[in-house]
Amino acid sequence: MFSRAYKAAVTLPPLVWVTLFLLTPYLLMFCYSFWSVSPSQNIVHSWNLDNYRELARVNVYWQTLLRSMWIAARVTLFSLLLGYPLAYFLSFYAGKNKDLLYQLVIIPLWVSYLVRAYAWKTILGSDGVLNTLLQYVHLTRHPLEFLLYSPFAVVLTLTHIYTPFAFLPIYAALEHIPRNLMEASHDLGATPAQTFWKVIFPLSIPGVVAGATFAFVLSLGDFLAPLLLGGPSGIMISNIVVSLFGAAYNWPLGAAISLCMLLLVVSLLFLSERLEKKWSFS
Amino acid sequence: MEFLVSDNSYKKDKNIISGSGWLLVHALLVFAFLYLPIAILILYSFNGEGVGGFPPHHLTLDWYRILFADAPIWDSVLNSLQVALTAMAIAIGFGVPAALALDRAQFPGKALFRRLVLLPLILPGIITGLSLLMLFNLTGTKLSLLTIILGHGTALISVATTEVFAGLQKLDRSQEEASLDLGANYWQTFWRITVPNLKLPIIGAALLIFTLSMDEIAVSFFLIGRDNTLPLEIWGRLRRGITPEINAVSTIIFLFSLVAIVLWYRLRVRSEGSADMGSEIVQTAEGHAI
Repeated sequence: MFSRAYKAAVTLPPLVWVTLFLLTPYLLMFCYSFWSVSPSQNIVHSWNLDNYRELARVNVYWQTLLRSMWIAARVTLFSLLLGYPLAYFLSFYAGKNKDLLYQLVIIPLWVSYLVRAYAWKTILGSDGVLNTLLQYVHLTRHPLEFLLYSPFAVVLTLTHIYTPFAFLPIYAALEHIPRNLMEASHDLGATPAQTFWKVIFPLSIPGVVAGATFAFVLSLGDFLAPLLLGGPSGIMISNIVVSLFGAAYNWPLGAAISLCMLLLVVSLLFLSERLEKKWSFS
Repeated sequence: MEFLVSDNSYKKDKNIISGSGWLLVHALLVFAFLYLPIAILILYSFNGEGVGGFPPHHLTLDWYRILFADAPIWDSVLNSLQVALTAMAIAIGFGVPAALALDRAQFPGKALFRRLVLLPLILPGIITGLSLLMLFNLTGTKLSLLTIILGHGTALISVATTEVFAGLQKLDRSQEEASLDLGANYWQTFWRITVPNLKLPIIGAALLIFTLSMDEIAVSFFLIGRDNTLPLEIWGRLRRGITPEINAVSTIIFLFSLVAIVLWYRLRVRSEGSADMGSEIVQTAEGHAI
């Protein structure tokens, strides 16, 4: 029903734009990662694998990447531990208040990332709300210094930010489970625990995978929370990239790290898509 | 009906599934975890003694007074508005045709195109920001608000595309067909039939894009020129130390986010009879909606 001209008119402008401003930049990142910086601080367009050799050789890159993955893994775990039971409660027990409670989980998602990270900074600082409260009620005499500028602060803040993200797909998956399945399970003599582990949980796995992917990928690439709350021990891989593109001035090396991150993220998305398909029941 | 009946009997017999007591406690704790920081932030924006320090005392509006007299903040607000509105126009301008293309056209590379459009939402902002920085650097484009606009506009096409694509799935094509049969050309049909039918998804997407752009910091961080957006202005101050003025401006941002949520919610309820903006975002980012 739509003519060739119509199809071309709706296809070409976005296609051209996306090619120019998404595809080309990603390809450029790929190119940059094989270039180098001359002693006079110019970017030399000569192709070699030096940046990747450097990444393999220098321990600090690997260690920081592993630490970032460890931080992201903890954020993912805690977001799931907070998000799953909450989704379960809303889906099965909230009754009339379901919609209201659902909106209450969503609202923080819309509140500025920066505002929330900042809020944690004012809470965790050595003269912050928590430390002064602890001293006020005489639980501690000196401020607890480990609260701010530590991986702990980064994990806590990112968990706060990504819990609603983890919650959403889990809730959606639970909502799609036909309620009579549980009844059938009960009638056939299953205990509540068996019904959960053999019926509900397997059916919610696609939601868990989606939520986990979200929390992991987004926290893995974060550099603002570590800058604001992480201190030297909370540095993540993106912070190294930021400094390579800034003061350290080695764009090609930074591009090589970014490209590794991009590949890691894309393969995780691919994997998560496969897993979700495998576990979905429709 | 059968479904309703079984639903009711299930509600009567809660023994089928277990553990409502600790689930309730858990839910309350999670809500406290999500809201306490925001509540503290707002509370301390009225605290005469500054940020932190328990208990808060000398409640005052001074920080708001200082904030309203703070010219750089308001300049950055104007910059952010300019960026958000222009980025919104770009994202809608390319996102709506992209949704139509994905719905109605077949072309080589369609699958790649779909994935590319959606990628910036799930990708950490640093990758989108840096790849664009390299493009601007190589083409000799000076960094300014314009480069931020291009970054936001491009990254947020995904939002417009998924929202409108979802709207197109519910659209009855017979109206467009009738319009074409009755002699209207494609241009007229587009403006008089297609767009009016997609009004709610488009407005919803525009609202979402506007809010996301106003808040965006990871991409802007790399594309910033001389003029700051509001999040970057706040960021710059945070690096120097914390002041209750930032609490005050954060409180105002929070109130504006609330207004945006309520608007979005009412729009959703009107268009679908139910509101599910959260899963919308997740589906958008995960690319399930298409």
